[in-house]
Amino acid sequence: MDYFLELFFSGLTRGSIYALIALGYTMVYGIIELINFAHGEIYMIGAFVGLTVAGVLTSFGFPATSIMVLASMAAIVYAAAYGYTLEKIAYRPLRSAPRLSPLISAIGMSIFLQNYVMLAQTSDFISFPSLTPEFAFLDKYSSTIGSSDFLIIVVAAVVMVLLTLFIKFTRMGKAMRATAQNRKMAMLVGVNVDQVISVTFIVGSSLAAVGGVLIASHIGQINFFIGFIAGIKAFTAAVLGGIGSVPGAMLGGLILGWTESFCTGYVSSDYEDVFAFALLVIILIFRPSGLLGKAPIQKV
Amino acid sequence: MKRSLLALACVLMLTIGLVGCSEEKKDEAPAKQDTAEKAAPVEKIILGVAGAHSGDLASYGLPSAEAAKLVVAAVNAAGGINGAQVEIITQDDQCKPEFATNAAFKLVSDKANIVLGHICSGATKAALPIYKESNLVCMSPSATNPPLTQSGDYPNFFRTIASDDAQAALATDFAMDTLGLKTIAIIHDKGDYGKGFAGFAKKYIEESSKAKVLLFEGVTPGAVDYSAVVQKIKGSGADGVIYGGYHPEASKIITQLRKKKIMIPFISDDGVKDQTFINVAGKAAEGVYATGPRDITANPMYKVAMDQYKASHDGEPGAFFFEAYSAAQALLKAVERAGSTDYDKIVFALRNEEVETPVGKIKFDSKGDAIGVGFSMYQVKDGAYVEVK
Repeated sequence: MDYFLELFFSGLTRGSIYALIALGYTMVYGIIELINFAHGEIYMIGAFVGLTVAGVLTSFGFPATSIMVLASMAAIVYAAAYGYTLEKIAYRPLRSAPRLSPLISAIGMSIFLQNYVMLAQTSDFISFPSLTPEFAFLDKYSSTIGSSDFLIIVVAAVVMVLLTLFIKFTRMGKAMRATAQNRKMAMLVGVNVDQVISVTFIVGSSLAAVGGVLIASHIGQINFFIGFIAGIKAFTAAVLGGIGSVPGAMLGGLILGWTESFCTGYVSSDYEDVFAFALLVIILIFRPSGLLGKAPIQKV
Repeated sequence: MKRSLLALACVLMLTIGLVGCSEEKKDEAPAKQDTAEKAAPVEKIILGVAGAHSGDLASYGLPSAEAAKLVVAAVNAAGGINGAQVEIITQDDQCKPEFATNAAFKLVSDKANIVLGHICSGATKAALPIYKESNLVCMSPSATNPPLTQSGDYPNFFRTIASDDAQAALATDFAMDTLGLKTIAIIHDKGDYGKGFAGFAKKYIEESSKAKVLLFEGVTPGAVDYSAVVQKIKGSGADGVIYGGYHPEASKIITQLRKKKIMIPFISDDGVKDQTFINVAGKAAEGVYATGPRDITANPMYKVAMDQYKASHDGEPGAFFFEAYSAAQALLKAVERAGSTDYDKIVFALRNEEVETPVGKIKFDSKGDAIGVGFSMYQVKDGAYVEVK
């Protein structure tokens, strides 16, 4: 049972991170039907900004908890700015172009950002300080769930609840849902679609930045390439849950995390990816639009 | 028309068969003469040097030829071996097995007494049966394929470089004998290098039956975290971990192990013996073991070989230069000690008497691997790798 719980929490941690990143993919897809391949890079940039800020604050002697909060804030602001700019320069001019063009543009931005960070920073792995405070009440369970796992799970849960409330109950959330349903109609009834799209990118990027700082602090190292694999996995999670659906991305992330974790624990880590993607294929066979995705309505 | 073509083809095939046969016979004949001659005292010793001297892998072979020349020049200047001068015959195999057999036949028919080569494992493997039939000692500076020596098929083969599995052998011996581990978890990164190392480690542990392999698992490089596999290591109750792969994954795994307060020894390979590993893993890296190439620059002969090279060349000697220099020295010294070019006597000398060479003071084990060549164990102490004595 202990072993099961250990794997459960390890999968939950992993899944929460996937879910945080997957939200960005799914929100953008829901609004403009674009797979933003540069999203993984935003996550990576968030982690780098967190590292820089943490380094500066550490030299001023701030306590770890406040460093964690401030570094995350800085990462959110920076990544949000990146997401906003990315949309402005790489996707907005192509909005009425055929669907393939923004996709290529996204891949291009992904490669550009990766190489930019590699040249501006370094291609080596860099150590990331462990910013998580040690929670005393977790001491008893330290072998099952560590402080950083706990923090990741809690933060992800809080963020997801906030996001759901935001989408459900605010004016901007309503505008987002309207734009997702039908962009042209939304425009006709007076929704500022450009603004809605910008906000979507800002929110998605902020979530990715939070994920970046959390996971970097959890595993203790970053480099320019971490966004790629995390991005692919998160994208898988988004598709699994039904791309375009916000609860779907959360569910998809968690399922993917658990699949990988239990597969490693009970079968073999050699087959981790095999199981994860086999599950994806099976789910897509039975539910082509993902677990919680809506089947596309044929607009006539 | 058809029938005549068929007939022609048959005739051609037959002739080729005949030519082939007669060639083989030709080669056997001098070989027999050779052995007969070897018993008699010699005035001239012929050192065959075979390897890639042209083609895209020439940079692996040319430094060896250069090393042989330098050694022979020094030996001849000092009066030769037991009064006999040494002569070099080079043969180019381009690291290709089909050329290697030609090169070997050529060296045999040119009455080479000893052979330095070949360079690539595949080429060496192709050439070895020919030397074996002709009772020729062959020593490679660079063929690292383990079965070349370990299969026991070629008692005439020796090498001055550690085989591919030497790191794994060192790591497992260290784990079982020095650290006394009884149950071991082996983790690798599924890559050629890491999985190769892990595979050999598993094989050696199972063969020795001094310890048990509880876990043999590959992790995906670059994955978001490895806590599941860390839990699995913990769940298996292993005394220690052997990891095959490179430092990015190793540092993630060791950090998470230590975070979970699992303090068992962590032993890894040359891919982890890197300062970046220590910088990234920080405190968690303390106490980690890793194998790495032995430092040979302190050997007295290393300096001699280097000076000799610098006297006639610019720049640095190329790949396998010191291994080849050592091999040439070991071969010639063995001939000198044997007092003749008799195969059995040379082999006896190689196995039983030590030679001072750039790679260290070496002799060869019964399978042909140089003893004391290759890798050492290092441990992280206060943020740096220190050799474990």
